[in-house]
Amino acid sequence: MFSFEGFLDLPLIWYGLIGTAIFLYVLLDGFDLGVGILFPFAPTDKCRDRMMNSVAPFWDGNETWLVLGGGGLLAAFPLAYAVIMPALYIPVIAMLLGLIFRGVAFEFRFKAEENTRRIWDYSFHFGSLLAAFMQGVIVGAVVQGIEVSGRSFAGGTFDWLNAYSLMTGVAVIFGYALLGGTWLVMKTEDETQAWARKTAAYTLWYQAIFLAVVSISMPIMNADIRELWFSLPNFFFLAPIPILSLILLIIIWRDLHNGNEYRPFFLSFGLFFTGYIGLAISLWPYIVPFEITYTEAAAAPESQSLLLVGTVILLPVILGYVAYCYYLFRGKASHEHEGAY
Amino acid sequence: MFENLDPTLLARIQFAFTVSFHIIFPAFTIGLASWLAVLEWRWLRTGKQVYAEVYKMWVKIFAVTFGMGVVSGVVLSFQFGTNWSVFSDAGGNILGPLLGYEVLTAFFLEASFLGVMLFGWNRVSPKMHFAATLIVALGTLTSAFWILSANSWMHTPAGFRVGAEGLLFPANWLEIIFNPSFPYRFIHMVTAAYLTTAFTVAGIGSYYLWRNRHIQHARVMVGMAMIMAIFVAPLQLLFGDMHGLNTFEYQPAKVAAMEGLWETTTGAPLVLFGWPDGQTETTKYAIEIPKLSSLILTHSFDGEVKGLKAWPKEDRPPAALVFWTFRIMVGLGVLMIVTGLAAIVLYLRKRLFDSRLFQLWCMALTPAGFIAVLAGWFVTEVGRQPWIVQGLMRTQDAASPVVGTSVAISLAAFIVVYVFVFGAGSYYILKLIGKGPETEDEPYGAHGMKEPPLVTSGARKKGGRHV
Repeated sequence: MFSFEGFLDLPLIWYGLIGTAIFLYVLLDGFDLGVGILFPFAPTDKCRDRMMNSVAPFWDGNETWLVLGGGGLLAAFPLAYAVIMPALYIPVIAMLLGLIFRGVAFEFRFKAEENTRRIWDYSFHFGSLLAAFMQGVIVGAVVQGIEVSGRSFAGGTFDWLNAYSLMTGVAVIFGYALLGGTWLVMKTEDETQAWARKTAAYTLWYQAIFLAVVSISMPIMNADIRELWFSLPNFFFLAPIPILSLILLIIIWRDLHNGNEYRPFFLSFGLFFTGYIGLAISLWPYIVPFEITYTEAAAAPESQSLLLVGTVILLPVILGYVAYCYYLFRGKASHEHEGAY
Repeated sequence: MFENLDPTLLARIQFAFTVSFHIIFPAFTIGLASWLAVLEWRWLRTGKQVYAEVYKMWVKIFAVTFGMGVVSGVVLSFQFGTNWSVFSDAGGNILGPLLGYEVLTAFFLEASFLGVMLFGWNRVSPKMHFAATLIVALGTLTSAFWILSANSWMHTPAGFRVGAEGLLFPANWLEIIFNPSFPYRFIHMVTAAYLTTAFTVAGIGSYYLWRNRHIQHARVMVGMAMIMAIFVAPLQLLFGDMHGLNTFEYQPAKVAAMEGLWETTTGAPLVLFGWPDGQTETTKYAIEIPKLSSLILTHSFDGEVKGLKAWPKEDRPPAALVFWTFRIMVGLGVLMIVTGLAAIVLYLRKRLFDSRLFQLWCMALTPAGFIAVLAGWFVTEVGRQPWIVQGLMRTQDAASPVVGTSVAISLAAFIVVYVFVFGAGSYYILKLIGKGPETEDEPYGAHGMKEPPLVTSGARKKGGRHV
């Protein structure tokens, strides 16, 4: 049996790869979930058509990153997968139900009659809202720690439910709304774009507030995290992360007011990146906070090696054709379904 | 109020429900994707507009079905963890990489190029569009490859070793991926998917012929579907038989349940019908053909076939369900072969597209493939019980440490949501079928659902379209 265990730190590589897959999921499905969150607030039905068309060719591929994150976790860290999933049973199922409703809305909405189309409009909106909220709840629950005994989850059915995780749930809704808003600034024009610009500027404030709340609460809740961030010299090494977030917030704010169409979207990615890195540093080296580290949860070296071969070969190919698809459907989304099938 | 509910039983019901619902969609899209590729190829080769028109009708049905397949499939990938976490922990080293490869080699491919297939008509060349269709078709087959490899391994585990705490470790990947039942299961499933599509297409084409609508298109549908039925339905009988022999070798208890055989017998009869009764451990009201079962399974009239009593009660699969679903599957397979033979006779008499009786017959068989696939799935999965991994791990030991209430509530939620969402999906598919293919004098780029089905002029309401 081949294994790269001897010369590669497989668990570390996979920790990075799974982290990357989940991050790409958050960015990519984040913006199309955000479009769903903002959906009913758009000024006209025509705007809604454009919004939907702007993400229709991409949503399916974006959601695949979630399957890769989940499947990858099972493959590379089966113990973590086996502990986290039962602990988050209800939010995970609720998220999946949300994703069902919004996923089918893409196909059904355009095939529905005028009077039933509203059902799929709201199915798209509330599905996106529910999925985003539950993803936030999951993050909030995980960072507070999961109870483990032996190789199993040992807590209760509602351990995940508390004020903090509800707050992170709302935070993710606003975060995705920002991604969705800046995406629409980039992909639409006229009335829709003007509205998206205002919406994005509005959600940016909430994003800033939630970033601050989470950044302050994490060290307060956990002594180890406090020690990590505020001891010297760590403090100086880590200070660029919050400072960079602040700079990004200011530039996005200015861009949204000076007519820049493309930059706010990519800078919002940057904002998510600094938050994600901050979170990763705080939780390191745990994969099930604060019980199981990534080395303890690692799959057999043979398993991690086999999947690594495929990933090294296929991930660049995947990124290549995903980029091709985004390039193919570049430009502003129109109202009519041009080139419809 | 749910405290006494058994989480394992509920988890089994939930998985059976969600997987049964899900399998309907890939069973259809695997065949449909390949057929769409053939249609587009015919169009590019012959330039005949009718192929493009049939393509454009069915690609919409494909899109709706694929969308439902995606959302119901995402659910499954998380259910391993929510409901079967002990199994995920123990088997993750082996099954994780197989499922990971499915995502890497198939899911991204399908999801990305489906966008090109659906929205790319005016943005890419016809050849590139055809390439996208081919890639999606290839993606569906690749996905089936990995998922059936993982599933087959649970039936006939190989290439592994058992480590501390009962965890399973890979020892030989080739033996794991190409485990003993995989080739048979893969071929049997892909063929089933092709037949499912063929009979759906034949049924709908026959409906148009019956109603005297879209005649040219309907001929393409019925003709191509019958070519598939004539050649592939008999082959499926052969593949199924090979799979059965493989099962006899590796999972004899499942075969005993399929045959409704309780006592180990030399010269075992083939039970055509009957009622396997677990209480009395007999098959009641059996109608039998002497010695045929032994002949099929051992290629000898006096070969020995083990009966269910050869295993302790807790190691036997539930016989009646396996027995009956097996007969439904085989029965529908036989009807498919008969349909192919009838098509040959009608074609030679130049009546393939005119026989009202044959049109009715094909319409009646429209859901045959779906029912056969579901029945076959039940045979193989229920037949594996009480094991989740044959001989290694029992289903009852695999469930998550969650309370019955959670599983019961989520099960209820899945049932309500699936019935509503997939009911609506079926309704939209029926509407697309009712509308039929659009002919040349209607612009492709702007066809809407609000037109009456028989609009033939270019007169269209403004803004009344989408997709």
